[in-house]
Amino acid sequence: MTPEPLSPPPPDRPEDFPGPYEVPEDLIGAQNLSLYYGRGEKRRAAILNVNFSVFPGEFVCVMGPSGCGKSTILNILAGFVAPSEGRVLLSQKEISGVDWHRGVVFQKPPLFEWFSVWENVAFGPKARHRPKEEIRRSVAVFLERVGLSAWADKKVYELSGGMKQRVAIARSLINDPMILLMDEPFGALDALTREKMQDLVRKIWWNSRKTIFFITHDVDEALKLATRVLVMTESPGTIAREFSLGFSRAFIEDSDDRAWFSEEFYRARKAILDLIAGRADRDAEAALGPRLSEKERE
Amino acid sequence: MRRFFANKIYGVLAAGIILLAWYLVARFADLPRIILPSPGGVLQKFWLIWEDGYKGHSLVAHLADSLRRLFIAYGLAMVTAVPLGLLSGCLPKLRSALDPLVSFYRPLPPLAYYTVLVLWMGIDDGSKIALLFLAGFSPMYISSVAGVARMRPDYVNGAKTLGASSQRVFFLVIFPVALPDVFVGLRTSLGFMYSTLVAAEMVAAISGIGWMVLDASKYLQSDVIFMGIIVMGLTGIVLDGALNLLERKIVFWKGRE
Repeated sequence: MTPEPLSPPPPDRPEDFPGPYEVPEDLIGAQNLSLYYGRGEKRRAAILNVNFSVFPGEFVCVMGPSGCGKSTILNILAGFVAPSEGRVLLSQKEISGVDWHRGVVFQKPPLFEWFSVWENVAFGPKARHRPKEEIRRSVAVFLERVGLSAWADKKVYELSGGMKQRVAIARSLINDPMILLMDEPFGALDALTREKMQDLVRKIWWNSRKTIFFITHDVDEALKLATRVLVMTESPGTIAREFSLGFSRAFIEDSDDRAWFSEEFYRARKAILDLIAGRADRDAEAALGPRLSEKERE
Repeated sequence: MRRFFANKIYGVLAAGIILLAWYLVARFADLPRIILPSPGGVLQKFWLIWEDGYKGHSLVAHLADSLRRLFIAYGLAMVTAVPLGLLSGCLPKLRSALDPLVSFYRPLPPLAYYTVLVLWMGIDDGSKIALLFLAGFSPMYISSVAGVARMRPDYVNGAKTLGASSQRVFFLVIFPVALPDVFVGLRTSLGFMYSTLVAAEMVAAISGIGWMVLDASKYLQSDVIFMGIIVMGLTGIVLDGALNLLERKIVFWKGRE
């Protein structure tokens, strides 16, 4: 399956993509999140005092080594687990439990094997008791969007790993969630499929203006997709640094991947890896621009 | 499909070798017919009973009586054990209430409590069905619980993030996820109940394939015993095969990920 060519951004999209700190209201506000495991002396923090915001239309990647608590943060945002301390605000309202306003795409998509592709995608609207005609129309639209129109009647086990993940993405997006949470969605795919899926998600993000919160341990994936990256370090899991990136947008505007081969890209890449490895490299760090917290203070 | 039959060949071959050995031993070892009836004698007995019946009932009637008890008990066990098992898998409190009861009675030999059932429910079909029911209940219950317990939590979480109510999650997600394990329980149960069948027909029965074997053993009619055992064995294979076929139709996604 070849990805369709990128369509130009819809005309109503503002020419200047709003930077995170120019938007007055955050969509997600995570305040002092901590989660502990165990009791007494064995108590261990999976994440400690994590603060961040996600603004409408952003593509936020959380990047960090395995076991740093990336997935824990996503599970808290989705409502699967409650934090030991702190809270999460969704449009200024504190979240409790799970609902369909936050769509989730898992690393290993828990597709319903007993249903066809079509029924998997229709699951959300059916659960929300949408009219039949509307369901038929929107399932067709979203299958088209992920390039699976011809596979509607297939069973799940007939699909490849990448196709399964496409179904999972369509299944989440059809509910029009306020934010799409993706937990290392392409971690189990081969490199070629992963690249196609990255293109697909970037295109969907750009055309639908969906807000995406994306967990990855792959630094290239973070650089190629994100408008902002949160870099985490481990034990206890905490956000070491966050910064804005323009490579994803440059890719869309140029319809070309030269941004991947720029010097800037490699400097940002090295800086992130140094940060995670705990190596201080002033030159590389300069590539990331001023620390956002400092910028905020100015 | 050809492969399927190709592999079946070996089973048929093994059965053939045993038949041949039986024939040779019966023919040349000069044992009394009570110890080992000949295959020909057993076959002859089969035709005799097929035509004249055994003690007032035809062979088909004996088999039908047994299967009727078996199926009623099986149906009752299925509609109680599977839903209870699935619910126990979802509700830890229910599970901790039911688990000790099931693990208490499960290892008991059926004959140990059969007398009590007879005292309570009389000597008719009621006590027989109850005994079979109890034999079949625990495997179905246990594997239904396991089916839910082994489920990846992502399935429930995923369905909830799509807006599904708890009811919808139970019927459209938890139930199908547990189905392959439920079928394992259904097949184990069938085996358990089948092996309890003879015990169930020990008391005050006048029909049933199990009773026929027991009755024949009182008069040392080895050929009838052999014939009954073979009929029961073949019926068991047919029932298990039917269940297997049903499983492949219903749980078509099993093992194909």
